[in-house]
Amino acid sequence: MPDHATYVAAAIAISAAVTWALRCLPFAALAPLRASDTLRYLSVHMPVGVMVILTVYTLRDVSLTTAPPVALALAATLALHLWRRNAVLSVLGGTAIHVALASAVFSHAG
Amino acid sequence: MNAPSDVAIRREHQDTAPPPPTTSDFRSALKDSSSVGLALFPLGIALGVLVVHAGLDWWWATAITAFVYAGSLEFLLVGLIAAATPLAQVALTAFLVNFRHVFYALSFPLHRVRSRAGKVYSTYTLTDEAYALTTGESAHDWSGRRIVWLQALCQVYWVVGATLGALFGSLVPAELTGLDFALTALFVVLAVDAYLAKRDIPTPALALVCALVARFVLPGQMLLAALGLFTAGLLARRAFAPRGETARA
Repeated sequence: MPDHATYVAAAIAISAAVTWALRCLPFAALAPLRASDTLRYLSVHMPVGVMVILTVYTLRDVSLTTAPPVALALAATLALHLWRRNAVLSVLGGTAIHVALASAVFSHAG
Repeated sequence: MNAPSDVAIRREHQDTAPPPPTTSDFRSALKDSSSVGLALFPLGIALGVLVVHAGLDWWWATAITAFVYAGSLEFLLVGLIAAATPLAQVALTAFLVNFRHVFYALSFPLHRVRSRAGKVYSTYTLTDEAYALTTGESAHDWSGRRIVWLQALCQVYWVVGATLGALFGSLVPAELTGLDFALTALFVVLAVDAYLAKRDIPTPALALVCALVARFVLPGQMLLAALGLFTAGLLARRAFAPRGETARA
């Protein structure tokens, strides 16, 4: 179906163009403001907050039935990371625990 | 000021004789990208599986991940394409989902990337993960080359993962139960590292409140609303904070 392929390609091209514009244009727009104290304050304090927001965003569809494995895996990830400070171990450990809990223990819900 | 890990990294650099810059930057980037790779690779597989289960040929997974390269949008995009959504709505969705990247220009160290081609590629692949890694405390002395290598490696993990997932997608169940938690775990780890670097409680607390308010008040535009609220909150905090405290930051 060439029509369909054209549509898919167009959807990809549009998404790519919009995404790049959003990533690239602000650098030009903000360049004159780089020396501003307020921007420096924002750039120092934003990263931790953005990560917190993205964490909550990835969990936005968690429901009551899926919450227990997520909560346990979150606690495990946090504990692992505060204990060993090893990002690889924390990501791998937390995900393994979540996969095990979600697919084995709590699978009767789905 | 220096976090313990920061000091350790500096010492490590001094102990080793400096190899040719490109190799060194590549090796460092390979190490920097390991945690993200562990999250991006399985997520890429999950996306590839989704692509073939949406009725698209496997190579569309490669095309989507290589050209769009914005994780949460790509997961949405597969659904939009499968539903033959009008292109104008695809553009609007891309704009809303990725609008948060506007904020990244405030602190992403693009000025360290020297070449024009490097800057183009660096902005093209400025994902949440790339932003988080390059704005962390230990990234203060990373060169432009190291940053671009890191971004290239992250994209390779993602594209290869998606391609493999699409190639073998018909063999695995539609949902890889629980694998998507890798992205959550990654953001948790990055948040903890960012917190440990500054030890400032009000900022992450403010972000958490903004995220929850956005989740329940504006679930359709949660990311945009949360980031807008958070930025406004930070500006208000700075306006009311004593001069000395803001200067310290």
